[in-house]
Amino acid sequence: MTGTLSPETVRPDTLADAPLSIGGRQFRSRLMVGTGKYRSNGDMVRAIAASGAEIVTVAVRRVDLDRTKEEGVLYHLSPDRYFLLANTAGCYTADEAVRYARLGREAGFNDFVKLEVIGDRETLLPDTEGLLAATRTLVREGFQVLAYTNDDLITALRLEEAGCAAVMPLASPIGSGLGLINPYSIRTIKRRLSVPVIVDAGVGTASDACLTMEQGVDGILMNTALAEAADPVAMARAMGLAVEAGRLAYLAGRMPRREIAVPSSPTRGMLE
Amino acid sequence: MSIAVTINGETRRVPDPATLLDLLAHLGLDPRTVVVELNREIVRRPRLGETRVADGDTIELVHFVGGG
Repeated sequence: MTGTLSPETVRPDTLADAPLSIGGRQFRSRLMVGTGKYRSNGDMVRAIAASGAEIVTVAVRRVDLDRTKEEGVLYHLSPDRYFLLANTAGCYTADEAVRYARLGREAGFNDFVKLEVIGDRETLLPDTEGLLAATRTLVREGFQVLAYTNDDLITALRLEEAGCAAVMPLASPIGSGLGLINPYSIRTIKRRLSVPVIVDAGVGTASDACLTMEQGVDGILMNTALAEAADPVAMARAMGLAVEAGRLAYLAGRMPRREIAVPSSPTRGMLE
Repeated sequence: MSIAVTINGETRRVPDPATLLDLLAHLGLDPRTVVVELNREIVRRPRLGETRVADGDTIELVHFVGGG
């Protein structure tokens, strides 16, 4: 005899998450990926496809006048398939970042910018004063600003107040692969902000991505974890699954932690 | 005739008269994938064909490359 609770009554696809909404645009994937440092363009294209990401970051740089063919990233990634998010990586002042953001917008795909104003060459930690100044200018100019910042609540609140479309605190320094250093700060930032919180930088492997999503953040942006993996395509797939798993676990609500054991099988009904 | 301009930090002699669109063609660049800054001001694509290059101009030609 079969009970009424058959496994068919649970359909995993009905557990699907709401789309991620940033700056008035909706995205299905909560994983965003960069396009830098891959060993080959083939690796990059295959890894990005395997990750399931829709938002893909790119940098603005001078054209190499002596090697003008096949060099731009658009040669390999179609803007019809991916949402290209220009960054201001490598900028150390607000003015410089604003200049790069304008150039990125002029490339003609959207008004979004991943704003970085770096304060220190060794740690690549953000210059929060410059970041706020650049945010205010760019918001006035109609940009949707996604601001790369540290895991400091006060800066995150000020960035939101300045009009950021999303705030992007780091898990750990850019390219470090150290994982989520301060889950408490990230959770606090997520709890206190209304705009999406995307953790950007520092994730090294799938467990880092899963743990980060379990804090309740809206998404993760990563680059080096894929580009420097021995097999970037396999790691990209792992990251896609980890982001989804972490998100679903967060929505599911985890059990409490206890420092004692509690049996899972009945203690009654044992044989004499 | 030619004039001297600074393109991406390098001094180059380019034909004169020339518009920015001519300059891109001269350098073998596709105007759809390059953004042009002339003396620190962005020149939007529709205006490339009507903007003349002058002796001493500083021109930046940028595009998207891989980045995080």
